[in-house]
Amino acid sequence: MSQAPAGPTTAPDDGAPAPLLRVRGVRKAFGENLVLDGIDLDVHPHQVIALIGASGSGKSTLLRTIDLLEEVDDGDIWLDGLDICDPRVDANAVRARMGMVFQSFNLFGHLRVLENVALAQRLVHRADRAEADERALAMLERVGLADKARSFPDELSGGQQQRVAIARALVSSPRLLLLDEVTSALDPELVGEVLDLLTELRAEGRTMLIATHEMAFARDVADEVCFLHHGRIHEQGPAAQVLTDPQQPRTREFLRRMLPR
Amino acid sequence: MSDMRERAGGHEPSARQRERDAIRRRAARRSTLTAFASTVVVTAVVVLAVVSTPGWPRVRKAFLDWDVAVASFPRVLEGLWLNVRVLVVAAVVIFFFALLLAICRTLRGPVFFPLRAAATAYVDLFRGLPLLLVLLVVGFGIPGLRIPWMTTSPVVLGGLAIVLTYSAYVAEVFRAGIESVHPSQVAAARSLGLTRAQATRHVVLPQAVRRVVPPLLNDLVALSKDSGLISILGAYDAIRAAQVVTSQHANFTPYIVAGFLFIALTIPLTRFTDAFARRSGWLGAQSGLAGGGALR
Repeated sequence: MSQAPAGPTTAPDDGAPAPLLRVRGVRKAFGENLVLDGIDLDVHPHQVIALIGASGSGKSTLLRTIDLLEEVDDGDIWLDGLDICDPRVDANAVRARMGMVFQSFNLFGHLRVLENVALAQRLVHRADRAEADERALAMLERVGLADKARSFPDELSGGQQQRVAIARALVSSPRLLLLDEVTSALDPELVGEVLDLLTELRAEGRTMLIATHEMAFARDVADEVCFLHHGRIHEQGPAAQVLTDPQQPRTREFLRRMLPR
Repeated sequence: MSDMRERAGGHEPSARQRERDAIRRRAARRSTLTAFASTVVVTAVVVLAVVSTPGWPRVRKAFLDWDVAVASFPRVLEGLWLNVRVLVVAAVVIFFFALLLAICRTLRGPVFFPLRAAATAYVDLFRGLPLLLVLLVVGFGIPGLRIPWMTTSPVVLGGLAIVLTYSAYVAEVFRAGIESVHPSQVAAARSLGLTRAQATRHVVLPQAVRRVVPPLLNDLVALSKDSGLISILGAYDAIRAAQVVTSQHANFTPYIVAGFLFIALTIPLTRFTDAFARRSGWLGAQSGLAGGGALR
């Protein structure tokens, strides 16, 4: 580009239906450690994309840069056509339109389950307490935990805590749901209930970007799978194709290790 | 920041990224200017408000006499040197005595009951007694016993009173730190074969002490000022020196001089300990992926 843009830019119009999220050339380094090395990715409405790859391949950092929890070193991210990397963009307003679920739940330990879910409704979305509690309770009902509304997070199982965290992310009706290895901290017998919930969310038409180590889940739920290696997307395509018939040697090697026979 | 980006993989930033960097630099400059302007305005308003009061000329003469300040400075500074020495010695003694008390209070097992009870009683007693009272009882009571080998130095007795009182406070700070270390840390240490004492010494205490550095610093700053209380026993410290010069000139300026000197003592103390505590690894992983200090 020869001329610096005057304001937040809009996404380039290439005639195709505009993606909900467009990532172009995103780079991010922590000191000497280059974690994202030119990521290009489109997420269309109602699409579910799974990010797979070894620990340290950049999956979590990519999700965190999209949620503006990390600043990109270079490259562009558009959400609904808005250049969210522009420093003049209200980052809180951008984050309010996305939902993020973390590996270790990150529920607020000093608040009850209902208060965890209702907090942003009151503080960010300006609902009064009754309204916020009502929405929160409805969302807890949706994830099957309405009876735990008065409990504190540490009184719940890991799977229940993660479902509360998902409810907390969903209650603001986010345009895009970012899920960062949401089952990695769970006991194996608790993984199912969280994955079942995500499968239901997909059926509802939620747009999701999911970093995961659960290959079977990625195959069943994701429309597309992206394989990350050293901060680059080495392979992207329909889930069944990438997972059963990978084209790139690195993808094949990774999947061989993930799916021992 | 931009040089770091270029280093990682020899990447040349795009035009858009340079534009973003420029916007952030402009925003940072604007913030600095705003802070400066705001400081000037607030300071001017406060100064004008004080200077325009009817009693200001008299107060200025009584508290801010430049000639008295210059005349009193060397003697107050000399007095402050005593405060510094008392501070250093007392701080070291308090640190170890308080740590000992804290460990005694956290000992488990029936054998240690007398130690535990004694430490608890000590903390209850000396946290409840006003420092001034302890100073008077120790400073005038102990010499009154006329024990032949016992010192009557107001500096030593004043320092002793300060140590007795502060140790009780600091012991509670240490105890809070010890109890904040998660039991899983002890479990991991014991699983490696460390004894209970080894686990305390090598795993619990290092983490506990790191965690309580900020409150300890707070107590150190308080101690640096309370070291001036030994003047009531007759020790010739900065406060005492200011008092003497004040009575000579019939002017309160030496107290202001002493105040400035105490501030000059505590500010570097605060900054040094902050910098020390911020050394990487000392306070644990508070930055990095989980931090988010750069969040917009």
